[in-house]
Amino acid sequence: MSEMHAETVPFVRETMLPPAPPPIREAGAVRWLRQNLFSGPVNTILTLLGIAIIWFIVSHFWPWFAHSVWRADSLAQCREIIARTWGEGASGACFAVIRERWHQYMFGFYPPELYWRPLLAFGLLMVALAPILFSESRIIRRIVLIVSATATLILALALGIPTPALILAATAMIGAIAVAERQPTRLLIFSALYPFLGVWLLWGGSLWGPLMVLASFGLGALAWVVVARLLPLLAAAAAIIVALVWWIGFAGRAAEDLQNLLPLAITPVASDQFGGFLLAITIGIAGIALSLPMGIMLALARRSDMFLVKSLSVMFIEFIRGVPLISLLFVASLLLNYFLPPGTNFDIILRVIIMVTLFAAAYMAEVIRGGLAALPKGQYEAADALGLDYWKAQRLIILPQALKISIPGIVSTFIGMFKDTTLVTFVGLFDPLKGISDFVRANFAWKGIYWEPFIFVGAIFFIICFSMSRYSMFLERRLARDHR
Amino acid sequence: MSEAIDRDINRSHMKVSDEIAIDIRNMNKWFGTFHVLRDIDLTVHKGERIVIAGPSGSGKSTLIRCINRLEEHQAGHITVDGVELTSDIKNIDKVRSEVGMVFQHFNLFPHLTVLENCTLAPIWVRKVPRKQAESTAMAFLEKVKIPEQAYKYPGQLSGGQQQRVAIARSLCMQPKIMLFDEPTSALDPEMIKEVLDTMIELAEEGMTMLCVTHEMGFAQAVANRVIFMDQGQIVEQNNPHDFFNNPRSERTKLFLSQILGH
Repeated sequence: MSEMHAETVPFVRETMLPPAPPPIREAGAVRWLRQNLFSGPVNTILTLLGIAIIWFIVSHFWPWFAHSVWRADSLAQCREIIARTWGEGASGACFAVIRERWHQYMFGFYPPELYWRPLLAFGLLMVALAPILFSESRIIRRIVLIVSATATLILALALGIPTPALILAATAMIGAIAVAERQPTRLLIFSALYPFLGVWLLWGGSLWGPLMVLASFGLGALAWVVVARLLPLLAAAAAIIVALVWWIGFAGRAAEDLQNLLPLAITPVASDQFGGFLLAITIGIAGIALSLPMGIMLALARRSDMFLVKSLSVMFIEFIRGVPLISLLFVASLLLNYFLPPGTNFDIILRVIIMVTLFAAAYMAEVIRGGLAALPKGQYEAADALGLDYWKAQRLIILPQALKISIPGIVSTFIGMFKDTTLVTFVGLFDPLKGISDFVRANFAWKGIYWEPFIFVGAIFFIICFSMSRYSMFLERRLARDHR
Repeated sequence: MSEAIDRDINRSHMKVSDEIAIDIRNMNKWFGTFHVLRDIDLTVHKGERIVIAGPSGSGKSTLIRCINRLEEHQAGHITVDGVELTSDIKNIDKVRSEVGMVFQHFNLFPHLTVLENCTLAPIWVRKVPRKQAESTAMAFLEKVKIPEQAYKYPGQLSGGQQQRVAIARSLCMQPKIMLFDEPTSALDPEMIKEVLDTMIELAEEGMTMLCVTHEMGFAQAVANRVIFMDQGQIVEQNNPHDFFNNPRSERTKLFLSQILGH
């Protein structure tokens, strides 16, 4: 009775308690081990089992790595060296093949005296990407720009870049860094022009070709402005028609005429000379850059109220997702030739890029649709209630949030697509994994070498894909807005 | 009941003009086969403060959401500030930029700062220069008493603060009419007052307001008309004094006895 009574005594707090620090927990490695590895009998057994498995794997592979040979002219010589140094029957890796053939893994059959061109294209790609990927972090952008500029120039020098090109490249790099420091958004102009510059550097030929294609965008924009004043509804259609007519009908001839007037050309390199990581990265980057906007449009179309737009989008997405990428690549390499007028030379890499883009875009659309569906209806309503029209609402309110939610899925699609570029081997292109490796093995000196090229190519793929994955996590952290 | 309203209301500007702000004639709406709004007739004059009450599911929210076309009506006419709402997208955009709306769940844009939330529509819809839009936004944030939160993200604010930002965001478009869809229903009791105070201030300045709310204290203090809805129909409307003291319909009496009974 008295105990109950004690609880019902009126109570008024006179002073509020100040916040106190949390109790200090016991720390140290021993505690961590006990908690995470040896917390109970089952956990202890699993830990020991895990250690045993790791030991088994490492103990088998370590000698092979430790005995690796980097200087030899053939696989036979490698084996001889291993047998001589480590005794008969010892196993060892023969990385000499990488040392001898690294340039083919990187550049395929690109003319060796022109290796600096893909390298420069890659370096400038970093400059073009920096303001997009690191738009909000000045310091990271600075580091990326300075490191890639320095590395590109040093490597280009090592690959024998001609002096005028080196001076131009150095000026461009330093200029880009200066612009990025002052007005990073200005650098986006370079990013927009980069595709034309990159294509010109890789394939060479007359500068007028890419410039005339660029002109078709300019003419399209001009048509937009002119028609928008008279007939606003037809502006988009007019812009597209003008751009296409110029591109298909006149751009080629205009480029030739201008080339005759003022020759501005570098050595052309044909598509069948591309190979290795040059090919994989070219297809991968083009596919990534094109499939994201296309995926966004498809996702919006699939959520559209307009029946025809929606059905077309659904049919496209479901068809593309329903067939293997290889079948699309076969269509690109074989069937298109039957449908195109005879004599047309439709570049094989371009065809593959189109197919890879369509394929990735279908997956991208579904990933982005997931992000769109995750947004509360209130966001759409608030945008509507403020009087924003459809495109403004999508651009300013819906897509920034939906894309942020979809970052992990988008980057997964990118990673998957980049690895899928190795499938181009089936249409006769030299991907690094099979195309180039088969070519290397076709030489008698390296007949029968499998593990070393696979490990080398796999390591490079891993570095690129892991970087993309890390970047996606960085971006997610940076865009986090829920400070709860 | 009216504990949230503890100050005298300044009625000097709260004059109702003869001009018509919203005219709803014979309006009907269905959700599928469900007849959610039935023969709604409602005329709102400029400067009127109307509170719409009623049980849940009675169509109150749907009614005000029809006024800025967040919901489409299937029969009858709605004219807002002289513009009739049809499927013509131009008219819809015109009405939406004249009518502000405050939602139950605030619906702030979480990826933008408070200031960006407020300047977005003026910059992109009204084409106001950024500098000017920002100073207008700061003025309205000042008015709802949270200028110091301008550079925070909505997720960092309390519910009451978020709702005041939402009000400021609507005001930045300089609307002629404000719609409130249960603005205090999602708030903790301690935060309701700060939002109601903001709404009262708006009323004192002569804003035309339609509020769906359960805050009967607010209705008594500010409204010049209370509308009671049930089953998609307007059951009773009257000035607040008579509405609360002499309800005429049985349904209204039952409703009032239930919400005011304890």
